[in-house]
Amino acid sequence: MSDPKPVIEIRLLSDPMYLAGARELVLGLTRRLGFKQDESGRIALAVDEALANVINHGYARALDRPIWMSIWTQTPEGLPGLRITIEDEAKQIDPDSICGRDLDDVKPGGLGVHIIREVMDKAVYERRESVGMRLTMIKALTPKSTHAREHANG
Amino acid sequence: MASPNELEVVWETRDGATILKPAGDIDLSRSPVLRNDIRKAIGDKPGRLVIELSGVSYMDSSGVATLVEAMQLARKINAKLVLCALTDRVHSIFEIARLDQFFTICADVNEAMEA
Repeated sequence: MSDPKPVIEIRLLSDPMYLAGARELVLGLTRRLGFKQDESGRIALAVDEALANVINHGYARALDRPIWMSIWTQTPEGLPGLRITIEDEAKQIDPDSICGRDLDDVKPGGLGVHIIREVMDKAVYERRESVGMRLTMIKALTPKSTHAREHANG
Repeated sequence: MASPNELEVVWETRDGATILKPAGDIDLSRSPVLRNDIRKAIGDKPGRLVIELSGVSYMDSSGVATLVEAMQLARKINAKLVLCALTDRVHSIFEIARLDQFFTICADVNEAMEA
């Protein structure tokens, strides 16, 4: 069976000013899909961190480079949830070298990858076929993460 | 017209303390603004620096990094840094980063002045 098409595909420039639009899109979509409010906020944060990492590290703060975000409303197993890919044209690096810092070593910076891995069920970095990197993030919609209880409680 | 990347930061001084009240989302585009204000405030060598965050609806790790740096700068001048009035969404990132115990976090400015 062929891979289903994403329900949303956007291309944005690597200017931090546009991060707000991307995270608001994710926030609104995840709420509509049924994620709890706090869970939606955490997912939007993880996406924001992934985009910020591309801008900071992949593109060294250049403002005019492309970033593509694609969203599916199912996990790869076909379950309700999210699959989000972030792709860039940055220099390819060893995916195994991408890791969060030791949280006990408190210092400014280095939290983005930790946040992504903490929030998402799965986060996989890989080299794209031709140029750049791809991050795939998976988050299943489970009874614990839905807002049915929020509605039930008014 | 204000730049979309501007972050409004209101300053107040009270009993030897400087209170900074940023308003708006603090993300990669805006955290440098807060960083500048914090560095200016630290330059005045207050005994206490309170950062009141009730007007901040969103903060990413660049905002958190700015506050970690603020803590380091405050320690260098023996000033007390206190955060207060965090929204649930902002508090969440401190929990994820396991920094909620690293900072002194209070409910409001009055409590922060006593912490």
